[in-house]
Amino acid sequence: MKTQYKFVAVLSTVVLIACAALVHMPQVNAAGEGKITGTVKLDGPPPHMKGIDMSKDPYCVKANANSTPKMENVVVGASGGLENVVLYISEGLSASALAEKSTTIPVFDQKNCVYTPHVLAMDVGQTFKVETSDQTAHNIHPNPNPMTGNIPWNQSQPPGAPPVEKSWKAPEWIEVKCNIHPWMHGWFAVVKGPYATTDANGNYTINNVPPGNYTVTAWQEQFGTQTAKVAVAAGGAAKADFTFKSK
Amino acid sequence: MRRSLIRWSLFLLAAAVFSLPLVSWAQLTKADLDSRLKMESHVGNITGHAKDGAADYHRYCEGCHGVRGDGNGEVAQWFDPPNFPKPRDFQLGIFKCRSTPTGTLPTDQDLYDAISRGFDRSGMPIWNTFTKQERVDLVAWVKHFSPRFVSEKPGTAIQIPPEPEVTAERVKAGREVFARVQCWKCHGVTGEANGPSASTLQDDLGRPIAAFNFTEGSRPKCGDTDQDIYRIFMTGLDGTPMPSFADNIKPDEAWDLVFYLRSLMREPSKEKAIAQQLGLKPVDPNAPAPTQ
Ligand code: HEC
Ligand code: HEC
Repeated sequence: MKTQYKFVAVLSTVVLIACAALVHMPQVNAAGEGKITGTVKLDGPPPHMKGIDMSKDPYCVKANANSTPKMENVVVGASGGLENVVLYISEGLSASALAEKSTTIPVFDQKNCVYTPHVLAMDVGQTFKVETSDQTAHNIHPNPNPMTGNIPWNQSQPPGAPPVEKSWKAPEWIEVKCNIHPWMHGWFAVVKGPYATTDANGNYTINNVPPGNYTVTAWQEQFGTQTAKVAVAAGGAAKADFTFKSK
Repeated sequence: MRRSLIRWSLFLLAAAVFSLPLVSWAQLTKADLDSRLKMESHVGNITGHAKDGAADYHRYCEGCHGVRGDGNGEVAQWFDPPNFPKPRDFQLGIFKCRSTPTGTLPTDQDLYDAISRGFDRSGMPIWNTFTKQERVDLVAWVKHFSPRFVSEKPGTAIQIPPEPEVTAERVKAGREVFARVQCWKCHGVTGEANGPSASTLQDDLGRPIAAFNFTEGSRPKCGDTDQDIYRIFMTGLDGTPMPSFADNIKPDEAWDLVFYLRSLMREPSKEKAIAQQLGLKPVDPNAPAPTQ
């Protein structure tokens, strides 16, 4: 009998300590911060992206006279790199690392009747800005699920309109639309903690990552998510590459 | 014997550890539910209580708005947008007729007005046969369906300056505002809801929706006084393509625009007479966009 009690007692203590450790992650200071870098690629032929008919608005047609605008759900660079993939740390960040907020203000522009960038990543609570460079009226209309705590809004931005500054309360992939130009389609990718978005070659770097073991998640609007485990050493760079398959 | 005892202890321990978060979660939702059932509303000096509105809701509203307030009542399936918009889903907490900025909750007064007014061009009846107290209770019951009314306060109502005198200058200036912020993209240059973007408009739930036609004599859903019309384009109709112009139209210009909109409407008005006298033409959709 005795040994059983002892066993249970020891086990309970271990569980308790483990719980306490989870709640009270060690405090890390910014000094030893590392980063996570890598490349996101598409394996297989890039899916066909439909061309956009902008004839509803002659301004948009003119603004794109020297290019053939296409949908941007999947944008693949020369070497198979996937653009507009959002990378963030989905597990392993301490409460104090999550509490650290970036002071940069990401900018979402309406230019030549498309959104630039197509995907704007940001931290929960981070202020971002919506601008317009166009000489035609847009309305900027993100459509989050109100049950998450993110509330939809809808503001007009006629030519010369001042920027709109906002932030979001909860992590979510939020679709953004313009009702005036129904082809305009983009994303606010709201995540918790540090993040990065891939460039035209599929490369990314998540900066300001405290040393530790993490799960990195890559999100692409059409292909969904993938994860990888990394270990970041103080001042070091961990590597995580991802490959999405096109069907 | 020993083995099974250890196994049992282990099982109990694991159960205890795993149920901890469950217990607190259950408490949270119960507390949330309680505070929702205790929902109050205040209109003028009348206080409404959710539980007092439940019976009227069950009898008069549920068929359309649903037992859970999700807009899926028995008859909702017969509503066919764009001509017959679907009943509102109260769980989302998103309302068209607000005195508050886009992205914020309406005030109790806004909901009270919406219920009393009914919605023209939709199946939402006018409920002005209820007493004031009954309507205020209904407001509280409508609010209790959405967790947003527990966690958030309504937005701050926009300020509407006193209405100026209608003049020819103001009607003309209003036409310039209509052109500059490009209301015509959806509403059309003559206000007939036939702008270049009108045919593809969808609401937030992906249902087709029509822009307002100013010329056919119908009543705006969110009221048809000059103040109501001012409020409509300065707050937007949330859940629809109709955006807020609060950042783009100054208060004084907003009155000019209200007057110009009146001149597009079918009903005779001072504004309409002025526009006719001036020979005002519809705005030119191909003119280069004037900036602010
Ligand atoms: C015959 C169907 C029907 C019945 C019955 C009905 N409604 Fe509605 N209600 C609607 C429809 C349809 C809408 C949406 C109209 C629109 O979006 O244009 C609506 C919208 C609303 C709104 C939204 C206001 C806003 O600003 O967005 C409220 C509040 C509301 N109803 C309350 C009530 C209450 C309270 C009752 C019962 C006293 C009731 N309704 C009964 C069909 C109905
Ligand atoms: C992106 C398209 C779009 C633009 C731009 C737009 N509207 Fe609307 N508007 C709508 C739609 C759609 C509705 C109908 C909403 C409904 O019935 O629920 C509407 C409804 C209205 C209504 C009636 C609201 C009611 O209560 O029934 C008024 C008034 C109005 N708009 C004025 C304006 C003015 C003034 C402007 C320019 C300053 C403007 N709109 C710009 C799409 C637009």
